Amino acid sequence: MRFIRKTSYHQDIQIFKHEGQVFWYTCLAVILFSLPFFLSDFYLGELTLVFIYAIAGIGLMLLTGYTGLVSLGHAAFLGIGAYTHSFFLGLGVPFLFSLSISVLFSSMIGMLLAIPALRVTGIYLAVATLAFSIIVEQILSHWVSVTGGYRGMLVPEPKIGNLSLKSHTTFYLICLAFFSWSVLIGLNILRSPVGRAMTAVRDSEISAQSMGINLAKIKTIAFAISAGFTGLAGGLLAHKIGYLAPDSFNLLISIQLLLMVVVGGLGSLHGAVYGAIFIGFIPQALALLRDNLPERLAQIPGLEPGIFGLILVLVLIYEPLGIHGRWLKIRSFFEEFPLYRRSTHKKQRTFLKTERLR
Amino acid sequence: MVNFAQGEFMMLGAFLAYTFVSVLDLHFALSIVLAILVMSAVGVLTDRIIIRPMIGEPHFSVLMITIGLGFILRAVAGFIWGNEPKSLETPYAGKVFEFESVVIGYENIIIILGTIALCSALAFFFKATALGKAMQATSQNQLAAMYVGISVKRINSITWAISAAIAALAGILIAPVSLIDPQMGFIGIKAFAAAIVGGFGSLPGAIIGGLLIGIGEQYAGLYLPPGFSEVTAYAILLLMLLVRPHGILSSVQIKKM
Repeated sequence: MRFIRKTSYHQDIQIFKHEGQVFWYTCLAVILFSLPFFLSDFYLGELTLVFIYAIAGIGLMLLTGYTGLVSLGHAAFLGIGAYTHSFFLGLGVPFLFSLSISVLFSSMIGMLLAIPALRVTGIYLAVATLAFSIIVEQILSHWVSVTGGYRGMLVPEPKIGNLSLKSHTTFYLICLAFFSWSVLIGLNILRSPVGRAMTAVRDSEISAQSMGINLAKIKTIAFAISAGFTGLAGGLLAHKIGYLAPDSFNLLISIQLLLMVVVGGLGSLHGAVYGAIFIGFIPQALALLRDNLPERLAQIPGLEPGIFGLILVLVLIYEPLGIHGRWLKIRSFFEEFPLYRRSTHKKQRTFLKTERLR
Repeated sequence: MVNFAQGEFMMLGAFLAYTFVSVLDLHFALSIVLAILVMSAVGVLTDRIIIRPMIGEPHFSVLMITIGLGFILRAVAGFIWGNEPKSLETPYAGKVFEFESVVIGYENIIIILGTIALCSALAFFFKATALGKAMQATSQNQLAAMYVGISVKRINSITWAISAAIAALAGILIAPVSLIDPQMGFIGIKAFAAAIVGGFGSLPGAIIGGLLIGIGEQYAGLYLPPGFSEVTAYAILLLMLLVRPHGILSSVQIKKM
């Protein structure tokens, strides 16, 4: 077990808590950047998808895990990012520039959504964001001149200057770079006053208000940041799937994003990444499962969402803190080895109050 | 307590009624009763297996878990009954009620009468019976309810049984006009929109919200280009959240500190 001797206040907001972390994260970065030399295109593609999901996961984690606002409509931001990016690429706008436009645009829409969403919490918020995502889905299907409607939209090839980014290796590296950048931005937001205010709002709105935090401002910022990250993920995802259709950004995707942050572990950026790995590899696991199941069982329509639902229920009942929470427990077991007690991690019981009386 | 799987309960109820009527060939009234009973059992089971471990978790987790439950139920229904839409045979199907120039199908009349009966029964139940009041107390504050001697767990089970039974009834009422298929539960989302527009926790509010959304949808379908009628319900919802966040007839009181 490592005890950190703190000699200055700045140590509290350092990104790396000690040298060990610097070493291990550098190793991880080196491994990730050198993976294209070892892995086949298939695995690189899967990892790329994991990075893209992780970027969206960071966005949703900042909103749900750190600010405590539920969103059932994040697929809409993914869609907005993807469509904006490919629309501007189609107009001949350079790759990075059009990606920035789509990030800004989704942030703006996020701020707009925050206006009605500011006044409600909990279930109201969930239903409001759900309504928003259904409206966006309908707009995507009916605004034919921009989105191509139900026929869909072909995503132009990504290139920077004359360099094509289409190959698996380059696109993997691009996504990895954006992912690392997002993690850094996320970490920096979290240690800034805005991030601290977000956590305070999550833990108690009343006490946050009494500390002088402007709830409306912080919630709007949280929505904007979250939508921005998700829009970035959407822009990258557009290249990954290659052909956009309105129904690729439906409720199921929103649930999948939420599943990602819940399974990964709410309230930690690690959780977003674990969740992304989990979500990224679950289709493969399901495909394997389908092969081994009896014919009748494998052909059920909605098997995939059903299994998502099952996992969601099991995780929420048995490990509400997700993969990251489980990892922390395992780590503390080894750190405190002979002295570990299960009750260390026992939850305190709280009781439900209505959201109607506030 | 919020149940995002309410639409799926409705779908299950309709499927059960279909099974009893068309597959097992039982009498119509008997099958309705059976479907409602089975669904109450499903409600109690849901409470015991899924919701009880979540007592004391934040609202958000309960919400998520019912979303998960909805997906599971949809897959289960797809497995048992397949994905083709089924239609519920009713004794009153196809008959119409004629009054001078007004022609209304019996299905629709029964839906309206059934809704009115159900709403008045519920209003009476919550206003006048001890059980109904205990339920309201539990929904407002579990700890306080426990302190005044209400068995929160038992009340929760009963609440789930009743709400599943009502969902089953709603499913049976709607089955003759729309077909039964595993996706029909999505109407539950619209029901949520209606409840929020009207004011959550208020029965007349839910009816007003439902009427507003239903009529708005019909008019949007008539006068606006295609696509607008699908989003009307949600647009009304978002607008309402902007103007009156807690609905037309809200039961929200701001706690004075």
